Amino acid sequence: MSESPRIVEVRKNILKQNDAVARALRDCFHSSGVFVASLVSSPGSGKTMLLEKILTLLQPQYRVAALVGDLATENDARRLARSGAPVKQIITGTVCHLDATMVSKALENWNVGELDFLFIENVGNLVCPSSYDLGEDLRVVLTSVTEGEDKPLKYPTIFHGADIAVLTKMDLAKAAEFDEEAAIASINAVRPGIDILRVSAKTGLGVKDFLNELVRRRERSAAFSRIAMSTQSI
Amino acid sequence: MHELSIALNLIDLANEEAQRHEGRVSALHVKLGRLSGVVQAALLSSFEVAAYGTPIEGARLVIEEVPTVIYCRECSAKRELEFMASLFCPVCGSSGTELLQGKEMELTSLEMQL
Repeated sequence: MSESPRIVEVRKNILKQNDAVARALRDCFHSSGVFVASLVSSPGSGKTMLLEKILTLLQPQYRVAALVGDLATENDARRLARSGAPVKQIITGTVCHLDATMVSKALENWNVGELDFLFIENVGNLVCPSSYDLGEDLRVVLTSVTEGEDKPLKYPTIFHGADIAVLTKMDLAKAAEFDEEAAIASINAVRPGIDILRVSAKTGLGVKDFLNELVRRRERSAAFSRIAMSTQSI
Repeated sequence: MHELSIALNLIDLANEEAQRHEGRVSALHVKLGRLSGVVQAALLSSFEVAAYGTPIEGARLVIEEVPTVIYCRECSAKRELEFMASLFCPVCGSSGTELLQGKEMELTSLEMQL
């Protein structure tokens, strides 16, 4: 055995490469004036259906597009494309989450400056997507009434990293004997103070409220960017 | 199961440092927050697989778990949380809390034979 080992300090975030790509994406999104929202949830909790509605409703006024991640198939991209918005499927193969590089690659031939809203639908998974920053302005976590009330307690990290929580499939609440109060308490426990919305993409319940919230957040973010830019130029 | 991607990132970082110092890595010291969403056992076994055939093969992965700590504005005090299910203050029950630590995912240091 040679000499005793030397300790070399590193102090680097393990995902520093992802974070660097995400930072570059965020800068690019801000300077292009596009508001980026990502959607995370377990598989089958209604991300695609809600997003299809949102893309359709936003389009008369706003220029919108979407990226959607799945391990396989282009089914979700086809569903979202029915809205008439540009949509691109990211097929991750065996990877259980999107990362910033996948988003960056998917956007290579797109001019995001021509968009007002870009949506990123993550792979259905309540664990892994939470570790990866995608450069988005807003992260929306969805949980459906059929999943029970304690999902947030079981998967706190993903709820903790989100900016808005949406309870989906509210039209099934009664049939699923969904305890709304308990679900809201679970979300609040892991992410105190988060905005919680209730929607049913099927009946349209709450969809308008979600849409208004997106528009409001986009305006607020644009105002912040303007202030940031004006202070930079001083 | 994103521990394998994390292990691969870890190996890239360690390799970069090893090349810079022209040394061989014998151990990696990592800090993992309880709220990081990374499972220690899964990371340890992914690491072995990911290191196979690289200059890092055979190095030890030493994980230090970082507890979840919040600041309670009601109590004006730091509190360590035993369970990660709730970020409410365990003493006064207030929801007016801020997360101070628990999301760490950091390569802190390397042991190297130079």
